[in-house]
Amino acid sequence: MGRMIKIIKRSFSSWIRKIFKKKAVRIGIYGPPNAGKTTLANRIVRDWSGDDVIGIVSEIPHETRRVIRKENVRINANGVAVTLDIVDTPGLATKIDFHDFMAFGMDEEEAKRRAKEGTEGVIEAIKWLDDIDGVLLIMDAAEDPFTQVNVIVVGNMEARELPLLIVANKIDLPDASPARIKSAFPQHPVVPISALDGINVDKLYESIADRFG
Amino acid sequence: MTEKVTKTEERTKRANGAVETGIRIDMLSKDHLSTMTSMEKIRLILDKVREGNILILEAGLTPDEEMKLMELTMTEIAPGDFAGIEIESYPSRRRSNIISKLLGRVVIETRLTVIGPANQIKTINKDHDVISALVSVRS
Repeated sequence: MGRMIKIIKRSFSSWIRKIFKKKAVRIGIYGPPNAGKTTLANRIVRDWSGDDVIGIVSEIPHETRRVIRKENVRINANGVAVTLDIVDTPGLATKIDFHDFMAFGMDEEEAKRRAKEGTEGVIEAIKWLDDIDGVLLIMDAAEDPFTQVNVIVVGNMEARELPLLIVANKIDLPDASPARIKSAFPQHPVVPISALDGINVDKLYESIADRFG
Repeated sequence: MTEKVTKTEERTKRANGAVETGIRIDMLSKDHLSTMTSMEKIRLILDKVREGNILILEAGLTPDEEMKLMELTMTEIAPGDFAGIEIESYPSRRRSNIISKLLGRVVIETRLTVIGPANQIKTINKDHDVISALVSVRS
């Protein structure tokens, strides 16, 4: 009975949006470097728009140094359709040391250039917060979730009263613990997935439709 | 008397000497912070951190101020000179009373925050109640 009411509510909400031609919901994919933001953005775009990828993925931090936007990605999940503008953002950070890039084999000049572009990317990601309707906050489930970047993003979403969905990514890794993330941020929904392997992404799409639809 | 002067000179010499092994920690009270605007707080933090100081704020920054601090930090990073900041704080608390509810506002209560140069302070562990950080002398 409860499920039926939920479905009716969603259908009604979808119907209202169609009548008033509500614009697409602009969703920002945020998180620290190397959490898997672009991997997830690529998967969503591949699953729902027919395009291949929107960004390059690598193990080097700050690979994404410019915001990438994909408009009108229509997701259908659990009887609800939601149209999204996907905004894949550079990883947020409070520090960028060019020496970290040299550890990946870059020469000093290239590492400094990468660091400079990295700082510009963080600023761009922060500026975009003013133009989004909700956030997918991606965390590496194998890492400590209580990082300052995560605390700042969660705090800002709460202060702005914007919807937030936490994605516990990389559950394919042996040390992954989505429970640790749920414990750190118990006030927000957490969806465990592997964006790389596609594990549990159907559940994520249902949660996106539920949260942002 | 002569001995006293000599000791004073030694202390002065140590304080002004080229080799400085101590780490300065500034603890800023909630009362002091409450008199400052957001940009005054952020400027003070960045100036002190760039001098190599560690700051402990009794009441930290609001989420918006933390985001602004992150943004301004990015503009000041200079490879080889300043690599950014390490900041650790507890999530702010949202409180409301009858008046704030009537006004439609929620009071954000900020909490203790530790900030320092990224190349000198490293967070070892952090949970809901304890922040453990390792502070090293700048080489």
